[in-house]
Amino acid sequence: MPMNKSRKSFPTHIVVFLAPAVIIYTLFMIYPLVDSLRLSLYAPAQAGGEAFVGFQNYEKLLTHELWAPRLQGALKNNFIFFLFHMFLQNPIGLLLATLLSSHIVRGKAIFRTLIFTPTILSFVLVGFIWRLILSPLWGISGDFLAIFGIENQPWLGLENTALPTLSLISVWQFIGIPMMLFLAALIAIPDELLEAARVDGATAWGLFWKIKFPLILPTVGIVSILTFVGNFNAFDLVYAAQSELGQPNYSTDLLGTFFYRTFFGVQLQPGNPTMGATIAGVMFIVILTGVLIYMFGWQRRLLKLEIEL
Amino acid sequence: MLKQFRRPGYLIQFLLAHGTLFIYTLIALFPVFLVVINSFKNRRAIFRSPYTIALPFEPYAENWDTVGYETVFKRAHFDTYFTNSLIVTVVALLLILIIGTMAAFALAEYRFKGNTALGLYLALGIMIPIRLGTVSLLRLIVNLGLINTLTALILVYTAMGLPLAIFILQQFMRQVPRDLKDAARVDGASEYRIYWMILPLVRPAIGTVMVFNMIPIWNDLWFPLILAPGEATKTVTLGAQIFLGQFVTDWNAVLASLTLSAIPVIVLYILFSRQLIRGLTAGAVK
Repeated sequence: MPMNKSRKSFPTHIVVFLAPAVIIYTLFMIYPLVDSLRLSLYAPAQAGGEAFVGFQNYEKLLTHELWAPRLQGALKNNFIFFLFHMFLQNPIGLLLATLLSSHIVRGKAIFRTLIFTPTILSFVLVGFIWRLILSPLWGISGDFLAIFGIENQPWLGLENTALPTLSLISVWQFIGIPMMLFLAALIAIPDELLEAARVDGATAWGLFWKIKFPLILPTVGIVSILTFVGNFNAFDLVYAAQSELGQPNYSTDLLGTFFYRTFFGVQLQPGNPTMGATIAGVMFIVILTGVLIYMFGWQRRLLKLEIEL
Repeated sequence: MLKQFRRPGYLIQFLLAHGTLFIYTLIALFPVFLVVINSFKNRRAIFRSPYTIALPFEPYAENWDTVGYETVFKRAHFDTYFTNSLIVTVVALLLILIIGTMAAFALAEYRFKGNTALGLYLALGIMIPIRLGTVSLLRLIVNLGLINTLTALILVYTAMGLPLAIFILQQFMRQVPRDLKDAARVDGASEYRIYWMILPLVRPAIGTVMVFNMIPIWNDLWFPLILAPGEATKTVTLGAQIFLGQFVTDWNAVLASLTLSAIPVIVLYILFSRQLIRGLTAGAVK
């Protein structure tokens, strides 16, 4: 047995196998995360260097008249951005996956491949492609909206439409991910189960809600938490389409752009690493809360449900 | 099939399902299609007839123009950016696979003190995004003298990809039958040899890990922007971002650079879409 062997002599091979992963991961992932949290408790000192200030940075972020509105704005925008993904992207993804797993649909592989295409493009491309399509100069969006009798507007340029528009662009790009994850779960449902229900006279609608949906609940949880973490970490699309300022007038500012701006500075405002680390700290708390709710709230409930069944 | 069609409800369902999928496919592809066809037109045609196709031969040649591509090739080093992206993605993927399989093998194969704890420690990074440590990561990279190098990006992407890679690979390695390994041990094979022997058996998992990491690394904007913004180390994504920002009013150049950066990815995607989708669906089941 390998266990006895490794107990007898020093298990060099185990160390050799594990060392590279542990070193790289610790040095470039765990250390920066921990050190960044530490830095959020420091501020530039007058004598140069950085001095420990406790939770003052967090206090400033929450109460100072220059910081608090930006933090609240970014948090609110980020939450709206998340709601669009959660209640539009994921249900549409589920609908498409259900259609793609249906026995009446032909050419599944082609549909699947084509619908997934936007997901492989970078945020930069997606951001600019939509900037062009929505540009009143080009008028493409105007031509299409006219069909539905909607008047064209500079959707990304107006304060009240920029964030919903940007969220929809992101939904357009990422719908492939929930679609694929739901599809994988739906395919895994045994055919006999569905066939038996069909023989009992279940309609497609009843089949979905009474059998398929309960069975893919674990995937619903995974998709939700992936959406949450991804959205509260988002930056690239806003940067590409609306610049790091979250234009117009911070209406598309997310935590990611707020973090970037604070860390690197923008225009005349110089960068501030410790305040940047503080915003990263807030993001860390938000994401961790989501993950913990998922792990202890959702997963435990599922386990209980499974035992009851 | 034909018999089913006689049921009226079936036909309606059939049409509804295909209609929905068809409309969504159009929504997904039309914006990209529009950008590609207009990148080969002159400026006037882009605005006057955006929905027509221009080709270099009659009767489609009236609006054909490649001035956008000429600007891109003259003003930006897309060949350098492309090479950089390729090096970063390929090397990071190789490192993730080599280092990841080694660690996953050790965690799955040996029962040693702290095995579970180490597994959990390595899994932390699946949920917590590495971006949150950027402030300290930048300082670390500067201190190591790695700022504006591809090495910095490779190391960061490797660290970023390892947690999920180890997690997935470990599950697959556990399924390899014990007898196989014990037989090899009886024959006097070293532990390293056994690791090497296992690798081909977990090929599906390796495919999944590659697929999960390839696209995010290639498309990432955050770390190239922060760790390697120099002209010599720009990746395609960052290069396109900066070029697009500078040439925002030159519609020909913008459309051409968008097409140039999208085409390689789309071609690769079409070539590997079967593996990619298989990887996504295999990795998703539990």
